[in-house]
Amino acid sequence: MRRPPLDPETRALLAALTPRPAAKRTTSRRAVLAGFGAAALAAVGGCGTEGTQQTEQSCTSTDTSATDKKLAFSNWPQYLDVDDADDNRHPTLDAFEKQTGIRVTYHEEINDNDQFFGKIQNQLAHCRPTGRDIIVLTSWLAGRLISLGWVQELDPAKIPNVRANLLPSLRSRATDPGGRHAVPWQGGLTGLAYNASVTKEVRTVDELLTRPDLKGKVTMLTELRDTMGLMLQSLGHDPAEFTEAQFDAALDKLRTAVDSGQIRRFTGNDYAPELQRGDIAACVGWSGDIIQLSAQDDRISFVAPDSGIMLFTDDMMVPNQAAHRSNAEALMNYYYEPETAAKLAAYVNYICPVQGAQDAMTKVDPDLADNPLIFPTPDLLGKAKEFMPLTEAQSRTYNEKFQTVIGT
Amino acid sequence: MPYLLILPAGLWLIVFFVVPAVQLFATSLYDPSGSLATGYAMTGDLGNYPRALGDYWPQLLRSLGYAAVATLACLALGFPLAYAIALKAGRWRNMLLVAVIAPFFTSFLIRTLAWKTILSDTGVLVGLLRHAHLLGADGRLLATPFAVVAGLTYNFLPFMVLPLYASLERFDRRLLEAAGDLYAGPVAGFRRVTLPLAAPGIVAGTLLTFIPAAGDYVNAQLLGTPRTAMIGNVIDSAFLVRLDYPSAAALSFVLMFAILVLTVGYLRRVGAGALDAVS
Repeated sequence: MRRPPLDPETRALLAALTPRPAAKRTTSRRAVLAGFGAAALAAVGGCGTEGTQQTEQSCTSTDTSATDKKLAFSNWPQYLDVDDADDNRHPTLDAFEKQTGIRVTYHEEINDNDQFFGKIQNQLAHCRPTGRDIIVLTSWLAGRLISLGWVQELDPAKIPNVRANLLPSLRSRATDPGGRHAVPWQGGLTGLAYNASVTKEVRTVDELLTRPDLKGKVTMLTELRDTMGLMLQSLGHDPAEFTEAQFDAALDKLRTAVDSGQIRRFTGNDYAPELQRGDIAACVGWSGDIIQLSAQDDRISFVAPDSGIMLFTDDMMVPNQAAHRSNAEALMNYYYEPETAAKLAAYVNYICPVQGAQDAMTKVDPDLADNPLIFPTPDLLGKAKEFMPLTEAQSRTYNEKFQTVIGT
Repeated sequence: MPYLLILPAGLWLIVFFVVPAVQLFATSLYDPSGSLATGYAMTGDLGNYPRALGDYWPQLLRSLGYAAVATLACLALGFPLAYAIALKAGRWRNMLLVAVIAPFFTSFLIRTLAWKTILSDTGVLVGLLRHAHLLGADGRLLATPFAVVAGLTYNFLPFMVLPLYASLERFDRRLLEAAGDLYAGPVAGFRRVTLPLAAPGIVAGTLLTFIPAAGDYVNAQLLGTPRTAMIGNVIDSAFLVRLDYPSAAALSFVLMFAILVLTVGYLRRVGAGALDAVS
């Protein structure tokens, strides 16, 4: 029997991969390839990368707001009120456009802090425009952008409402020294959540990590600050100020729970449907998600363990080279009017950073006016800590350790 | 003239493969102590490779293992299917082919998320398995290696079926009749006639399945646990979370190299050896 014919693709592939005597060719293919490779290497990557730190002097931006009434606003999905009848209309934003004549292009394009950073870092590192006038990032990443000098300083005179109405507890924050670069859009709490149709109440982090009936039905978050913040607190350490040894101890505790199979998975927002279905009995979750879930299913509840919970904010910033800083400041100022803030909070269900919005909420939606996950009581806020700002070196060390425990 | 014809594709390949690959390789040689703020110095540090491999060889081996199992599963499921479509389906052939491709009309992510519902602890499948005592009362399918391999198998099955179909479709059934006339039973006929003629499809299908499966990270992320993380998940977190570009680039190259070595070995063996043995 003759050897069956190979199809042309496989034959060509084989031919390309099988070395033959080079005698027939004057220049061997390998030599050509090697030459190309060396030349390309020299051209593209020979000299490493430059630093990306910027300063007011090294990267100046021009503001064309006065003549160009436009604003490009990039935000997270479902983070702005929508009209009941038309998903593409945002009542508070429409009112702002009417009031100021500024045309806002609204993009729900931020799904993940790390990924969005990957998207804009090349432009900002080289002081090029990103095409966005306001971006909203979680405070730890906002802190990184601020310390790299990648965002514009805001003019306090143009944001009087922010100065007057920002919650006192959010005023002096380590991620934004001087408080001149970032304005909180909304805040949130990280705590525990459980589904009462699958398990009985879960009150502490230790129960979550050791209770036998929860084995394989617990998830925690892939965000280091959320998960490790709760872990540190469960050992009595302060996430706003901890040592590497304390971090290691908290991580060991987490590793034990992972190795025992107690923890099923580390998740992003995707824990929500699984908690609802009951595949997850209890988890570490975000307050806004849990309010929305419990509105559909009252067996799901949020728990603030006595050891403590985490507080985060998502901050508005104006990146370098954004051309409409004054327009952006007008928008920030607008969303710090208590009535507007109440309308927004009634839709998004996260913590409202605006003083006076709670009173205004009694007119918008009285049921929500005393919801502690939108307007936290001093008692709840007392349990909440912010994670300490990490230098790039610390961030890498801690992330490396944490990623090993979560499998990557 | 032939050079002119390869120009568009050649340029495309240079711009979108050669240049990024060289840049990636250069990144893998950067001084690992650099940072985003200060920049990375080009030190030609080959140490990134042993360091990355030392830390992450379990995930690398796991990726190759999962991809191999998924490829075998695809072959076991795909061969009978392709055979039936090519030789037995008659007028249903086109419809069945459309059915094979139909999942591509939905996004890869949505299809993978659907497996969460299929394998859910509270779902029908797990309920049935528990009822039949094939799964303990606390047993589960989701968040296990099985779920990850099942997801990989499902997502890459069409890449196996289509090349198999293409090679079986040209199959002349009279050859089997002739084998029968020469006293070959069904098994011998399959082994000595059908299989060798399908070999090009098997080679193409296994490569098209194995290569993307080994680099996949979506299935492990959505269906797995911390202990089923694949090398793609590690590269993802090194690039985006840890911002450790030299390690991420080194791991990407190790993966590329491992796949290349396996592919070349496989092609040589199957291409030159196994086919000769049959003939």
